[in-house]
Amino acid sequence: MTDANQVVVIGGGHNGLVCAAYLAKAGRTVTLLEAADTVGGAAVTREFAPGFRVSACAHVLNLLDAEIRSELALDANGLEFARESLQTIALADDGNHLSISGAAMSGDGVSEADQSALVEYRRRMDRFAQLLGRLHKRPPPRPGVNNSGNLVNLARLGLDLRRLGKTDMREFLRIAGINIYDVLEENFEHPLLKGALSLDGVLGAHLGPRSNNSVLNALYRISGRVSGGQGSLAIPRGGMGAVTSALGVAAERNGVSIRTSSRVKCIQLDGDRIRGVELDNGEQITAAAIVSNADPKTTFFDLLGARHLEAAFVRRIDNIRMRGNAAKLHLALDSLPEFTGLAQDQVGERLVIAPDMAYVERAFDHSKYGRYSTEPVFEITIPSVHDDSLASSGQHVLSAVVQYAPYALKEGWDSARQAFLSQIIDLLARYAPNLRQHVVASELLTPVDIEREFGITGGHWHHGEYALDQALMLRPVPGAAQYTTPINGLFLCGAGCHPGGGVMGNAGRNAAAVVLGQGRAA
Amino acid sequence: MIDRDHFRVGTLRSPFHSRTERLNQFNSWDRWKDYLSARQYEDESLEYFACRNACGVFDLTPMTKHLITGPDALPFLDRLMTRNVTKIKPGRVGYSVWCNESGRVIDDGTIFHLRENLYRLCSQERQLDWLLTSAIGFDVDIVEDTNDVAALAVQGPTSCAVLKKMGLDGVETLKPFGLTYYAFEGTELMVSRTGYTGDLGYELWIDPANAEVLWDQLFTAGRDYGIRPMGGEALDLSRIEAGFLLAGVDFLPADEAIRPDRTRSPFELGLGWLVDLDKPCFTGRRALIEEKQNGSRYNFVKLDIDGNKEADNSFIFTKREKFVGVVTSAMWSPSAKANIALASLEVPYGQPGEEFLAEIYYQRELKWNRVMAPCRVVDKIFFDPPRRRMTPAPDF
Repeated sequence: MTDANQVVVIGGGHNGLVCAAYLAKAGRTVTLLEAADTVGGAAVTREFAPGFRVSACAHVLNLLDAEIRSELALDANGLEFARESLQTIALADDGNHLSISGAAMSGDGVSEADQSALVEYRRRMDRFAQLLGRLHKRPPPRPGVNNSGNLVNLARLGLDLRRLGKTDMREFLRIAGINIYDVLEENFEHPLLKGALSLDGVLGAHLGPRSNNSVLNALYRISGRVSGGQGSLAIPRGGMGAVTSALGVAAERNGVSIRTSSRVKCIQLDGDRIRGVELDNGEQITAAAIVSNADPKTTFFDLLGARHLEAAFVRRIDNIRMRGNAAKLHLALDSLPEFTGLAQDQVGERLVIAPDMAYVERAFDHSKYGRYSTEPVFEITIPSVHDDSLASSGQHVLSAVVQYAPYALKEGWDSARQAFLSQIIDLLARYAPNLRQHVVASELLTPVDIEREFGITGGHWHHGEYALDQALMLRPVPGAAQYTTPINGLFLCGAGCHPGGGVMGNAGRNAAAVVLGQGRAA
Repeated sequence: MIDRDHFRVGTLRSPFHSRTERLNQFNSWDRWKDYLSARQYEDESLEYFACRNACGVFDLTPMTKHLITGPDALPFLDRLMTRNVTKIKPGRVGYSVWCNESGRVIDDGTIFHLRENLYRLCSQERQLDWLLTSAIGFDVDIVEDTNDVAALAVQGPTSCAVLKKMGLDGVETLKPFGLTYYAFEGTELMVSRTGYTGDLGYELWIDPANAEVLWDQLFTAGRDYGIRPMGGEALDLSRIEAGFLLAGVDFLPADEAIRPDRTRSPFELGLGWLVDLDKPCFTGRRALIEEKQNGSRYNFVKLDIDGNKEADNSFIFTKREKFVGVVTSAMWSPSAKANIALASLEVPYGQPGEEFLAEIYYQRELKWNRVMAPCRVVDKIFFDPPRRRMTPAPDF
């Protein structure tokens, strides 16, 4: 007989760690199995060139849940921020940059109208994002199931909306499903400002500013409060790996047994319920419950097998849109690069290259046809400015999200990688002319590499596009949206579930509550 | 394979068309899956009686057919079907239904295990989309080959004798739901002991290029055995007597339903014996387990109705005139000498022996009449001759 207390968590990404920690805290016997030699998943810091370390995938912290941070005592377990409340600097190739900090901005040619429009825009967006943020904290409701917990959940959703007041509620309902291009056109004049704000709506997604759901993505991005203000950004000391290593410590302190270099080969069944997992080395571990931190396609197709699921469910899983479109660029630099028109103390901020919305849309156009952007958009950080643990003194690492680089590139990434890398460094050199001569080493992770290194289908960081039809009770698909699955004893806890991607932890925390039979929406 | 420009063609001609056209005295055709299919050749009663007393031949080429192969062919079919497909060994045929995830029947059909790991699935409706959907995650090849196979049903008491006369030695040893192969005119003829008439009968499957030769040899061999071509009308009478369901008539295929409550589960069609809930996974299983626990909504029954007025589409009432269901198929059965019907009744009605009233409208010399005919639920198949199951099959 399997011990009814025995839980196996597959995957030690941040959500897997959070889930495991909460389950252990509640008295479950938890074994966490991680394929890599260290926990962290896509929130890890690793060396990419001798002496240079960088956040290998996610690189800015904007969503980490405050309750999780305090309940799991992450600060006491080693989490520290190297820099909080990062500004965003919209780079212009003529050096007339714009710096944006929350609702304030400064730069050449900024009109008063834009200044006050930004204040109002952020006020509204922040309110809407808060509403979204409240939804993150509990399992999504399940329409059609009329038990009291579920009805309360549904009612809360309605009430939260109503509380916005008539004007804001109308505005929320008007813009939530539409594209950020239209919304920004309604509000602002300055092309750099619009370009930079539109980037927030498309980062990490297969969207252009004119695509529906880009407003939703922008709201999602500012739905956290990592360092004070709504939507503020922070850089952890030691890179993103510091977050997951603190989570790892918290999990172990709560009694989780973490086993790295333990790749799960498959989930084993007894009829229609789980029996346990089999590792690559043949070892079998039985469990009363299995919680998968892997993305839904990996979980259901690779670990479980479609034949154990009904056809309609398999079709829904197969149809999840999750083809990554963002590449990650890492540069090892022998000195701090100089950006035209940027003061030395600004180089450590979040630098974006998205000069206007048409530029961003054009960059996206290529990816629709399986090509990479000839002029991509960038989100750049140089974390070594704030953190001397990443490179030796005087040297620096540059970490950038580069879009668009489609997973299914027509010509294939093997032949295109060098050309794309060379092209993006040339483009960076438009803004930092001496950059190329300071590059000691470089690494480009295309979505295909991200899939290979982090085990995420399609190399999509968020384990699936965040969109109205893939959110809340539709995430990842109906029939698995409340962290439960059609297989008895198998649960999901990854970013493929509600609320979604980003280093947040709520999927893991909600999943733990469902496994424990609390906070169950249904 | 279906030609991608298939929609440009108005109607298709069966490979037997040159023969069937000559015999079709009223030029009376149905459209069956885009093929011209004879409704009747001369007289539906003569054709029905040929099938019951001698040998009727029906062109079933338009029947939707698929070839399924590949390493996962069996697991694929087993996950698709409600029944246990592993029990259908090579050389055997099985009847089955398949469901959507709500446990409602999408279609019924026959699975032919042609050779080790090679299956043919015949279905009433087009199923390629659902088959391909169900194939996600399986290493399986599925093609619809409806147009690549010519097929004839040879049904009735003299059918075995006719085939022997045609040179199919040993065909009498073929068991019901068995299939075998013969060399025929330089090609391969597949013979299965299957049919849609509830009688002794066979189905012949051949490459379309040899269809006309097959037809000619069959009718030459059958000349002294009362052979006669049979149209769709006569076949329909035979299948109702045998108690066989017709998709689109006795139940609504689930993927054609706009109103989901109009569809039926296998339990609600009297096909519970086809559902193997011990299989760990098949599409519809979760819903069917739930239905088994919570109860079904309908019973599918056979009715024996007093009088001789055919009860097509009749409403069924209790003796106290409470509405309990409708007739889906009905006929006067010459073989059973009874007025029979298939009907869908609301649970809990429909237990064997239970008595109801069938509201029948009929016309006599342009005057419409209504009768509330007493009827009862029967268990036994209306027409079920022992020769249907006999091996070796009797000559007549």
